[in-house]
Amino acid sequence: MANVPDNLHYSKDHEWVRVEGDTAVIGITDHAQEQLGDVVYVELPKVGDEFTGNDSFGSVESVKAVSEIFTPIAGKISETNDSLNDEPEKVNKDPYGDGWMIKMTMKNPGEVDSLLTAAEYEDFTKAEE
Amino acid sequence: MITKVTNHPSQNEQLIFERSQEGRAGYSLPPLDVEETSLDEIIPPALQREDDLAGMPEVTEVDVVRHFTRISTWNYSIDLGMYPLGSCTMKYNSRLNEKVARIAGFANLHPLAPEAEAQGALEVIYELQQHLAEITGLPGISLQPAAGAHGEMTGIMIIRAFIDARDGKEASAQRRTMLIPDSAHGTNPASAHLSGFTVKTIKSTAEGLTDLDHLRELCGHGDVAGLMLTNPNTLGLFEKNIQQICRIVHDAGGLVYMDGANMNALVGVARPGDMGVDVIHLNLHKTFSTPHGGGGPGSGPCCCTRELEPFLPVPRIVRTDAGTMDSKSQIPNFKLDFAYPQSIGRVKAFYGNYGMILRALAYTLTHGYDGLREATEAAVLNARYIAHGLISDYDKPFAGDPMHEVVFTDKRQARKGAHTLDIAKRLIDYGFHPMTIYFPLIVSGAMLIEPTESVGRQELDQFIEAMRSIAKEAVDDPELVLNAPHTTRIGRLDEAAAARKPVLRWKPKQAAGAA
Amino acid sequence: MLQQVGVASIENLFESIPENLRLRDRLNVPAAMSELELLNRFDELAARNQAARRISFLGGGAYSHYIPTIVDHLISRSEFFTAYTPYQPEISQGTLQAIFEFQTLVCQLTGMDIANASMYDGSTAMAEAVLMAERVTKRSKVIVSSAIHPQYLEVAHTYVQHAGIELEHAKTDDQAGQTLLDSIDDNTAAVIVQSPNFFGCIENVTTLAEKAHANGALLVVVVTEAMSFGLLKSPGACGADIVVAEGQSFGVPVSFGGPYVGLFATREKYARQIPGRLVGEAYDNQGRRGFVLTLATREQHIRREKATSNICTNEGLIALAATVYLETMGRRGVQEAAQQCAQKAHYAARQIAKLKGFSLPYSAPFFNEFVVKAPVAAADLLAQLANDQGIDGGIALSRFDSNRPNDFLVCVTETNTRDQIDALVAGLAALVQNRS
Repeated sequence: MANVPDNLHYSKDHEWVRVEGDTAVIGITDHAQEQLGDVVYVELPKVGDEFTGNDSFGSVESVKAVSEIFTPIAGKISETNDSLNDEPEKVNKDPYGDGWMIKMTMKNPGEVDSLLTAAEYEDFTKAEE
Repeated sequence: MITKVTNHPSQNEQLIFERSQEGRAGYSLPPLDVEETSLDEIIPPALQREDDLAGMPEVTEVDVVRHFTRISTWNYSIDLGMYPLGSCTMKYNSRLNEKVARIAGFANLHPLAPEAEAQGALEVIYELQQHLAEITGLPGISLQPAAGAHGEMTGIMIIRAFIDARDGKEASAQRRTMLIPDSAHGTNPASAHLSGFTVKTIKSTAEGLTDLDHLRELCGHGDVAGLMLTNPNTLGLFEKNIQQICRIVHDAGGLVYMDGANMNALVGVARPGDMGVDVIHLNLHKTFSTPHGGGGPGSGPCCCTRELEPFLPVPRIVRTDAGTMDSKSQIPNFKLDFAYPQSIGRVKAFYGNYGMILRALAYTLTHGYDGLREATEAAVLNARYIAHGLISDYDKPFAGDPMHEVVFTDKRQARKGAHTLDIAKRLIDYGFHPMTIYFPLIVSGAMLIEPTESVGRQELDQFIEAMRSIAKEAVDDPELVLNAPHTTRIGRLDEAAAARKPVLRWKPKQAAGAA
Repeated sequence: MLQQVGVASIENLFESIPENLRLRDRLNVPAAMSELELLNRFDELAARNQAARRISFLGGGAYSHYIPTIVDHLISRSEFFTAYTPYQPEISQGTLQAIFEFQTLVCQLTGMDIANASMYDGSTAMAEAVLMAERVTKRSKVIVSSAIHPQYLEVAHTYVQHAGIELEHAKTDDQAGQTLLDSIDDNTAAVIVQSPNFFGCIENVTTLAEKAHANGALLVVVVTEAMSFGLLKSPGACGADIVVAEGQSFGVPVSFGGPYVGLFATREKYARQIPGRLVGEAYDNQGRRGFVLTLATREQHIRREKATSNICTNEGLIALAATVYLETMGRRGVQEAAQQCAQKAHYAARQIAKLKGFSLPYSAPFFNEFVVKAPVAAADLLAQLANDQGIDGGIALSRFDSNRPNDFLVCVTETNTRDQIDALVAGLAALVQNRS
């Protein structure tokens, strides 16, 4: 069963958001990495890039599939997890920890409240199957 | 009992670079017979190569022969056995066609030789054009595209050019949608994109056919330039409403493009032109038996209605009956004609993959009107026979009678943990190449099987028995299936690792990790 | 069998096709021919291709080089030519290893980091390079030299017509015969130049690379005569970002224009932007090395409309022919063949230049092709030469540019003997003398 930690916010595109002050840390969920298979490459934006909500900020590739990844909220990139260039498998092994993808300074900190809770996300993934 | 057709006498063969020994040579050239000038005088030193082609192999002729002979034994091939690959039409590659392509009068003919000195070559192109027009029911033809995807791109560009001319640039800019079924081959949307179209997906019904209501709805916005359809579709089912589908699209101001890769179910039996299709591409390396060559060359002729003819690529090969060669016997004159101002332009240098055109003409003439139809009938019968043979063990998602190919899923086997990929790999141990897997995308765990007409009953039975045996193994001894193949020179490769740190060439001093 | 599948007759197999669409009459194509009849027919057709029997000095994008006997022998092995695309690596290692060797050889010859498993030909490889340059730089203008093969330019125009990319033609210097680069700016995605160019002239690739890079643009080098890699400084060493070429010179017969093989090579950093198939090294769980199609997520079957190209089938067997050729000729053979081409071409050029009324209009260095200016209309001259002497002496440039009625392009390869060259020179001299 896919892991769905309680302390995070979730989107319907299978991203998670962890709030650390003004910053949102974003990655893809355990469910998403399971669906994708072994991740071979992650395409990330540049520091300083700005996005509105539901914007595509990059992509995740496995051997046989590629998925775009979306920012669930608006903001400006403050940091990217460049270690994924050499070790994309971190996304599979630790999607909520070492497999984080981007950090954003949130444009509207309250925006995360409109995202799904862990329980809502779990229901959502069950319904999708 | 497992009956196997592949064996691997050569377990070890390194890369040629790893066998290279300085000073060896595999060639012979005559000595230079003109006065030799100092190289520096004819090519300034700054423009000359400095690396002495370091790293390129130095081997003898026998080294090369053994190298390629050995590694060739690692390949499966049509000459060895059946490839039940759906959508690929892996039929017999006639040796006679190979001989024809190598006739010196064709092989040594330069493409820019004056037309008067290449009449035989031009006649070959012209004649194949005529036969393909007859087979498809579409009179406009270009043999210039080099492969199916290339022919597709050509066909879609023709649609775009036609609409631009018919509606004017401004109105045409409102028509940028190309409708593509969810079951389509990946080249379809990629080709549409090249012509500036955006893709909208049409749903399939539970029967596996185009959803007419959805089609009508999508055609109601006035932005549809066309529909790209495969018929029979990638599920092997004939779109019985094809005439209605074409009418709906035409009424909405769009055109119908057919992906003709699956003509093996139609040749001599039905014609796309009669169905209402406006433009089609063919794969000579499928229905017309030209060899796959490990990934090419192909040839993707594009055929269209009279209305679309002006937009075909140039040059066109035409016939005038002013006999210049021998006016007494009125031998026809074949010419390159560039006078088509509305043409989309050239899609390739010269005239197309000429060697494949030769082979396809030889195929057509070898079969003749009877043979072409018989091939189609046998192809469909064989697929129907396989469908019948597997239905007791595998899940067949669509009830409709398949044409030349049939799709099954791994639904039953997956319950015990064996998936399509595993079944495919286990089939290798039985001496067959796997079927097409995970395509079309709309069927989960798809296995698309197309035997073609080149398979006799014994081999069909052998294939069915193998599949039945695997179905049993999936229940009784799943590890056997999950870790297959067991009898090949190497096992399943770690493709994820290969994609993470791609090594795409040999480099000097690279560790030779060969077993 | 019909009984087993539950149908009464063959006709019933086609019931799902509406009756009004089912053909009642037989196709209007000839009756089946036996092998003997077929071969006679094709021999008769081939006999009407006189140019195939002539002594040839034709180049212009297709080259008559010597093909070692084992090339055709090896590519005719069933396991190679009747094999499918290597999607199932366990039973396709022959094809996959050969492609890996091909990719390596292309890198070595072009001086680049990565090469793909082939494109259709040089012309479409160049068109794909245009599209790739736009993807990589996100700029929409591409400068193309007007000294690129005219058919290659036509193909590029076809490919970009709906892609929102503008092709600007850079002129050539009438004296040198080389490209003049004037209007590059920071909206330029790439500069594309052919070297040796269509007129045979070697371009100043290093200088052009510097100019392109100074403006943030890529330099794409096109090569139609791949044998030139055996003698000239590699485009990679000159600073090219993408190299595209026609590989036909390597073991592939001229065969009236196809099938040929497009070479496509680039820098490592563009690995995920390159079109076409790629073969990479991989290991199984026993640590055995094998090869596999990789980075497939760039391609159409996965990324569909966002793919780096729509290409699926490429020129597999022709790439194999080139691989066998290059390994047979090897490091020494490719250089020797290239040197012979250059020496013989320069000999021919010197002899022709001595003829009264003939001149060589371009001053740039050349490899094995050069333009000759005749004192009379070239097309007629060449036609007469063919008829009288059985020699196809060159390609009349009037075929491509009506403003150049007296110019023709001569190509000399290692297969042209001194006697043939002397006969060409004597033939030209005699014809012109007879007219004056």
